[in-house]
Amino acid sequence: MHPILIIVFGPLLAALVAGLGNRMIGNVAAKSVTTGALFLSAGLSWPIFLGFLGGTQSAEVVEVLKWVESGTLSFDWSLRVDTLTAIMLVVINSVSALVHLYSWGYMEEDPDQPRFFAYLSLFTFAMLMLVTADNLVQMFFGWEGVGLASYLLIGFWFKKPSAGAAAIKAFVVNRVGDLGFMLGIFGTYLVFQTTSIAEILAAAPAMSGSTITFVGMRLYTMDILCILLFIGAMGKSAQLGLHTWLPDAMEGPTPVSALIHAATMVTAGVFMLCRLSPMFETAPTALTIVTIVGAATCFFAATIGTTQWDIKRVIAYSTCSQLGYMFFAAGVGAYGAAMFHLFTHAFFKALLFLGAGSVIHAMHHEQDMRFYGGLRKHIPLTFYAMLAGTLAITGLGVYHLGVGFAGFWSKDAILEVAFARGTQVSTTAFWLGVGAALLTSFYSWRLLFLTFWGKPRWIESEHIQHAVHKTPEEAGEDTTGGYHPHESPVSMLIPLGVLTIGAVAAGQVFAPKFLDEAAFWAGSIFYNEPLIHAMHAVPYWVKYSAFVVMLLGFMGAYVAYIAKPDIPAKFVAAFGPLHNFVFRKWYFDELYDAIFVKPAFWLGRKFWQLGDIGTIDRFGPNGIAWVVDRSATAAKSIQSGYVYTYALIMLLGLVAAVTYVLL
Amino acid sequence: MEGLPILSLMMLVPLAGALACLFAGANAARWIALGATLVTFALGIVLWSNYEIGGAQWQFTEKADLFAGFSYALGIDGIALLLIMLSVFLMPVCILASWDSIEKRVGEYMAAFLFMEVLMIGTFAAQDLFLFYVFFEAGLIPMYLIIGVWGGDNRIYASYKFFLYTLLGSVLMLIAMFWMVAEAGTSDIPTLMQYDFPAEAQTWLWLAFFASFAVKVPMWPLHTWLPDAHVQAPTAGSVILAGVLLKLGGYGFIRFSLPMFPEASAQFAWLVFVLSMVAVVYTSLVALVQADMKKLIAYSSVAHMAIVTVGLFAFNVQGLEGAMIIMLSHGLVSGALFLCVGVIYDRLHTREIARYGGLAINMPYYALFFLLFTMASIGLPGTSGFVGEFLALAGIYQTSSLVALISTTGIILGAAYMLYLYRRVAFGGQVNEDAAAMSDITAREWVMMAPIAAAVMWMGVYPESFLAPMRADIAVLDARLAAAAPASDAQLAPGTPRAEAANAVTHDSAAEEGAH
Repeated sequence: MHPILIIVFGPLLAALVAGLGNRMIGNVAAKSVTTGALFLSAGLSWPIFLGFLGGTQSAEVVEVLKWVESGTLSFDWSLRVDTLTAIMLVVINSVSALVHLYSWGYMEEDPDQPRFFAYLSLFTFAMLMLVTADNLVQMFFGWEGVGLASYLLIGFWFKKPSAGAAAIKAFVVNRVGDLGFMLGIFGTYLVFQTTSIAEILAAAPAMSGSTITFVGMRLYTMDILCILLFIGAMGKSAQLGLHTWLPDAMEGPTPVSALIHAATMVTAGVFMLCRLSPMFETAPTALTIVTIVGAATCFFAATIGTTQWDIKRVIAYSTCSQLGYMFFAAGVGAYGAAMFHLFTHAFFKALLFLGAGSVIHAMHHEQDMRFYGGLRKHIPLTFYAMLAGTLAITGLGVYHLGVGFAGFWSKDAILEVAFARGTQVSTTAFWLGVGAALLTSFYSWRLLFLTFWGKPRWIESEHIQHAVHKTPEEAGEDTTGGYHPHESPVSMLIPLGVLTIGAVAAGQVFAPKFLDEAAFWAGSIFYNEPLIHAMHAVPYWVKYSAFVVMLLGFMGAYVAYIAKPDIPAKFVAAFGPLHNFVFRKWYFDELYDAIFVKPAFWLGRKFWQLGDIGTIDRFGPNGIAWVVDRSATAAKSIQSGYVYTYALIMLLGLVAAVTYVLL
Repeated sequence: MEGLPILSLMMLVPLAGALACLFAGANAARWIALGATLVTFALGIVLWSNYEIGGAQWQFTEKADLFAGFSYALGIDGIALLLIMLSVFLMPVCILASWDSIEKRVGEYMAAFLFMEVLMIGTFAAQDLFLFYVFFEAGLIPMYLIIGVWGGDNRIYASYKFFLYTLLGSVLMLIAMFWMVAEAGTSDIPTLMQYDFPAEAQTWLWLAFFASFAVKVPMWPLHTWLPDAHVQAPTAGSVILAGVLLKLGGYGFIRFSLPMFPEASAQFAWLVFVLSMVAVVYTSLVALVQADMKKLIAYSSVAHMAIVTVGLFAFNVQGLEGAMIIMLSHGLVSGALFLCVGVIYDRLHTREIARYGGLAINMPYYALFFLLFTMASIGLPGTSGFVGEFLALAGIYQTSSLVALISTTGIILGAAYMLYLYRRVAFGGQVNEDAAAMSDITAREWVMMAPIAAAVMWMGVYPESFLAPMRADIAVLDARLAAAAPASDAQLAPGTPRAEAANAVTHDSAAEEGAH
């Protein structure tokens, strides 16, 4: 049996056992089965990845089962393993295994643990189906499957109304993207008569000059196909316009945020673009749009990140922003850099989320950073892990020394390549990226300073008040209220430790392969060698720009949250409208509510009351009933019982009939 | 198997059961009905396993001439086979769903269901135009009675509306049938499917048939009987109504309108598209604001069936096969969703969504089944709903990208109203004490739902089992339609391929390469 079959279907089997067995098999059995399956999958994935790294492994496709054959439209269940898949395999399975382990501690007191672990494993299965897809439809299966798991996990604490609402929002907003994805698949089939990715990629260049009509518009075939597919990617990867679900998705338990809404699922859009990169390279307009959307998202999300108080929301917007980097990297043709950032981001972002989870765990479910402070003495291990994550995401590293944390290698590469690409759009993306890097450094350090430095402020938190049964007044001078946060259990610390290693070293170790070696990719993505050469040749000021803004962001956060903590309040007072605009997330939710949600319900009521009941029924069945009723009344008056009345009517009828026949 | 009139036998068993039920006591009638439907289902399995894929187009044919060219002629192709399987599969489930909830006139109730099974099998198996008409129309009578006698408070209005709508169309269809038989000189359906009616006559014939089938589907704006009928019907009535009776319209299009009047079908495709597009958006939005569970699912049926009609008139293999799979899938899924409503209706005697909430807490397995069927309804890949919708929409995209775009919005709206329903029923806190006290599904309810769940997954993961029997028949139909098929609006025009990739850069800058 091919190991990929165990890697992919093991988690599914475990999910079924844990989910259906549930209370019958108990917590420990359910958790062991799922966690065991994931460690097995992770253990089997690394040799495959290392095989590709060493050049000993080559791409292959494992057929599983026929799926659909309808006329010339046919596709199968099959598992493709190549370099691109192998990278995703290690990312998904490693993070998933660690998150499973972490959840032993984090979900310790939850009454529904088997269900939680079953969902986590189900998610992993769907994600694996997505990245091993050999045709677009199976990719869509995985795509929707992770959507389902995300829905279930966001709504895991379904008793909370906000969780239920966030779950629906995530699913429905993603469906908007899926509309584009589906139309993209239909169009691709129409043009290429296949859904096999390999065949599409081979045939795409020949189609690059052709045109097609889509909804009355005459467009370049490849542009419209790629744009439709990209709309799908925008939904799943929470890009500007379809991003509104991601921050709300933080309603889910924190391990879910780490696995699904940071490390893996949300990167599916980037993966899709890289998988289809030879196709996108035939569509210049589509790529321009990708670059613009990516760069805009990267900056936009970072601005919001600077104002949020909820620790998870800051990281969520950060994720959104980092995905923007990956997209504009792909847009300018640096798919290797996009995948590399996906790879490093998975480690440091999972680390940041799990670290945040550890903080929340220690702080009795309080998520508001205003009620943290001074935690580095209480939970030092979590602090060091978060510090490593912050250094990684802000991209600490020195070009001339050739050393740096993970984000230094991948993010700087993206900025350099955008500059090197040299078009107007890519240069704009570069500047937006630099601006976002400044903001990233600011909000990341702000998070760290608010949480781990300063004086404890947690007696103001209702969660803590519940724990210690004290009001702030009763606590008096002691702003801890006598509450002492404790470091998390070992099951949570081990994943933090492992991910810390990734956040520190993943960039240093893998940069040469991911960025510079066409042979490593072995044709699994479009590898633009001249562009990579140009990337290395950018001026020094470009290479140091990210470093400089990172220092500026750090200093800004230091001044505002440590040296002169009254600055933020003064800033808000001085720039109230601007702050509000950013704090309220650029009013996207309000806008969508006003132009989509409310009108949909309003229209539904109008169609129902005025359409169905007021018009169709009124003039249809009820109208006929009315006519029949009236006719019966009229007929009653005719049925007078007098023979001459009947005779007259008969005569009239006869005359009418004869007249009709004769004419 | 040779010579055994299995189709007649499949009709005879429920017929005998029905007669027995009329004279049996309540409990005996339940067991007789269950036995009869299970035997019929077993015969259905025999039928399917003996159906020769790639064999003759019409198999298991039986023929006995009666009078004036009217004959008792039965026979099935793959399309009819699958719809018969759907009917006989759902029937035992319906009997089980009625086990405790029907308390008055049990014998008559069971007899009505068994009669309906006879008529449904007859409709799909009939090879004579008039025989078809008799079965097709007679099928209304038991349904009319089930709603009118065992229905809810407003059952008389609902059954009146149901009857009025469906009858009106039928009269026109009957007149058209007389004309056709006079013109072609035969009432044999397979012959008529090959007969070329004059183009101008096709127009009128098509419209006459359309009047009948559009009501059955139902297409907007002829759909308003459906929500009322569903709301008033007992659970099992809704299951059969959604599961099988709605499929008669789609079956009518695929068996009569398309093969017999291909030119007229092409001519009127725009009408079907417009009505279907309106239906997808309109009824989905109406579903969103419903406070009654059954109404919501009824409106969702209209939206789903609109994808069927769109697929049928796409004039290609994917559209036709997709439409067929949606019909089978919708039969299972909406039937199951009505069962899900029935399960909690039996406990709390209300269909009002707001009276429930938090059922995932006290009824976890119920919530799981409900979730599965909800996901199948919104076309999650891996369930039957996806395969059908995907194929039908892929089919229509080849004909018109605009129709495809608007029809595909159904996947967004469908997710919105179904998940909104699920959230209000299964998620949230337990606000109502009586709803919180309800027990999880019983063994009987497990037996009803588990087989449907299995079938839904099977059709989603390995639809080949269902595509294979009808492949040849769809190919024949597609060939018949080929001449009339409208041109694709895509108008793909080749051009000179671009010489290099979009992000190609020149090599000069490589000279001053630095080390990273």
